[in-house]
Amino acid sequence: MTTAVQSDLREQAAQRFAQLGWPTPELEEWKFTNLAPIERIEWRADDGAARASQKTGVVSLRGQALAELVFSNGRFVDAAGAAPGLEILPISQAASHPMFDRHYARYADYQRHALTALNTANAQDGAFIVVRDGATLDGFIHLLFIGAGDAIWSHPRNLIVVGRGAQVAVVETFYGDGNYFTNAVTEIVAGESSVVDHYRIERESIDAFHVGTVQIHQERASHVTSRHIALGGGLVRNEVNVALAGEGANLTLDGLFVLADSQHIDNHTVIDHVKPHCDSLELYKGILDDKSRGIFDGLIIVRPDAQKTNSRQVNRNLLLSETAIIDSKPTLEIQNDDVKCSHGSTIGQLDEEAMFYLRARGISESEARSLLIYAFASEIVDRMKIDAVKENIRAAMFRRIPKGLPERRSATR
Amino acid sequence: MLDVKNLHAGIDGKEILHGLDLHVGTGEVHAIMGPNGSGKSTLANVLAGRPRFEVTAGTVTFEGKDLLSMAPEDRAREGLFLAMQYPVEIPGVNNIYFLKAALNAIRKNRGEEELDAMEFLQLAREKMKLVDLDESFMNRGVNEGFSGGEKKRNEIFQMAVLDPKLAVLDETDSGLDIDALKIVANGVNTLRSEKHSVLVITHYQRLLKYLVPDYVHVLADGRIVKSGGKELAEELERRGYEWIEQEVAAAR
Ligand SMILES: Nc1ncnc2c1ncn2[C@@H]1O[C@H](COP(=O)(O)OP(=O)(O)OP(=O)(O)O)[C@@H](O)[C@H]1O
Ligand SMILES: [Mg+2]
Repeated sequence: MTTAVQSDLREQAAQRFAQLGWPTPELEEWKFTNLAPIERIEWRADDGAARASQKTGVVSLRGQALAELVFSNGRFVDAAGAAPGLEILPISQAASHPMFDRHYARYADYQRHALTALNTANAQDGAFIVVRDGATLDGFIHLLFIGAGDAIWSHPRNLIVVGRGAQVAVVETFYGDGNYFTNAVTEIVAGESSVVDHYRIERESIDAFHVGTVQIHQERASHVTSRHIALGGGLVRNEVNVALAGEGANLTLDGLFVLADSQHIDNHTVIDHVKPHCDSLELYKGILDDKSRGIFDGLIIVRPDAQKTNSRQVNRNLLLSETAIIDSKPTLEIQNDDVKCSHGSTIGQLDEEAMFYLRARGISESEARSLLIYAFASEIVDRMKIDAVKENIRAAMFRRIPKGLPERRSATR
Repeated sequence: MLDVKNLHAGIDGKEILHGLDLHVGTGEVHAIMGPNGSGKSTLANVLAGRPRFEVTAGTVTFEGKDLLSMAPEDRAREGLFLAMQYPVEIPGVNNIYFLKAALNAIRKNRGEEELDAMEFLQLAREKMKLVDLDESFMNRGVNEGFSGGEKKRNEIFQMAVLDPKLAVLDETDSGLDIDALKIVANGVNTLRSEKHSVLVITHYQRLLKYLVPDYVHVLADGRIVKSGGKELAEELERRGYEWIEQEVAAAR
């Protein structure tokens, strides 16, 4: 990534990060999450030596995906698959593509967001995807980001441009082993009347740090479903910002975060209704065990011009221990009268009656517990459209639920 | 099969059963009747091991084992089944997946091979016919959106699949239309054999027409105050409970 535009941008972003500095809990948007543990570490980029030991087999969806790109510590390692109407390549090789300058870094705002600035300044690679106008891809694209090693950071950067009337499903998976830091930014441009099904599956190592920013720009009558599953990572911040920037656009934003031990996962979402007649439906579900802490901080903005907005925001949480903490802050900011909006959040425990019912039929206490926990999550998982992804999430959840433990992988590298 | 001796039990520090005795022999059908609030469901729940119910005195042995020291799942695995008065809805837990897991846990405890998906489906289909439950119920959440009568039939369906040694039916007949009542009775009669025992809690004699009990007991104020044959149920239907309460008072 070394065009003139690129190096200018990098420099500007680096300067901006120097000005902004690491966000601190004094900032309203960061009041629940302190990045000091990340800031303290002397990070370095992967020079190729510490590259993940290609343990991609467990999470690779090659064979099932139309196309798959694999990155290790932010560096491109592997590509497979192709489809008519689809261009997919490492973003490091995309600088001369006409779509690149038009869209790159136009949505994720490095002026305002420090971590986006850090990413823009340091990004090595990521996926560049263009789906041509009218192309309907029958299948899904998989982007796999493997992290490995200690004190290594990476800044994966993806740009997905979906043409007018095109249809695509993209799955991002983050997985790894070690005490690394992933700071990923994905920009998605949903063209007019396009249909986008986006999955972001965060299954980082329990010792890893993860900051993810997904920036979605929706044009007229586009339909986007974006699903955010967070299972791994010690300290995690996931930001999703969506601009409903064309009339009649439709967004479904689903989230599921499952925490144990002392995991900390902060979900921060902003849905910006810019234009009239747009619908957004947001549902985030949290499952928290042990001493974990989860956050749902969701803002819906309805701009003065966005009449006939239809918006619903719900956050539901299941607390499995007395020491787990959830902060839920659903917020509506409505700047016009002609809207239908609702929001709410709930916090509950496992249903004792249901527990007894299952046990009274011979099911063990621990299995009854997992069944009920899984049932809580199933609302999000069941409506996923890709069976391979569903199965992976089910398996990952079941593996950790019986003991309430997060995914722990041995530190053999 | 079941031996309850001097059972004192209650909830939240309030004693509801005040020294209850009951013996159910193998192959017998017993009916328990009694006024609202007399402790019938409490007895059923204590037998099944529902948390929050505390036993303060007495013993319960089931097939020679100390029932009260067992976890609810172990009681089920030993062959006890409770058809609940108010079956709970569990959205997101698939009816058939749940029942297969339950049956295999019980089979494992009996030292039998677990059934695979095909074998289980075959068994389930057969039993669904027995209680006239449509196959579409299999793939719904446990009791999710079931009508009152469908929930009761689902209890009997589960009972038929799990094949317990002792089935306790807590007002399974309440809220059923006459056809459903026959279906339920038919389900229970199919289970009935010299190896299976049934304890039916009911308010109505009408079930006992189809499901003829060997013994009828009256539970009042936390105790069995009168026992008899099936004619006792008919007498209760005619005369209510008052005369028994007077008898009991006179005997004190
Ligand atoms: N959770 C509870 N807390 C306090 N009291 C309770 C609780 N559950 C039951 N009881 C009381 O215990 C008594 C016995 O209740 P139980 O449900 O066993 O009666 P029952 O004989 O089954 O009545 P019914 O015929 O109405 O079903 C009642 O007075 C009831 O109010
Ligand atoms: Mg009752």
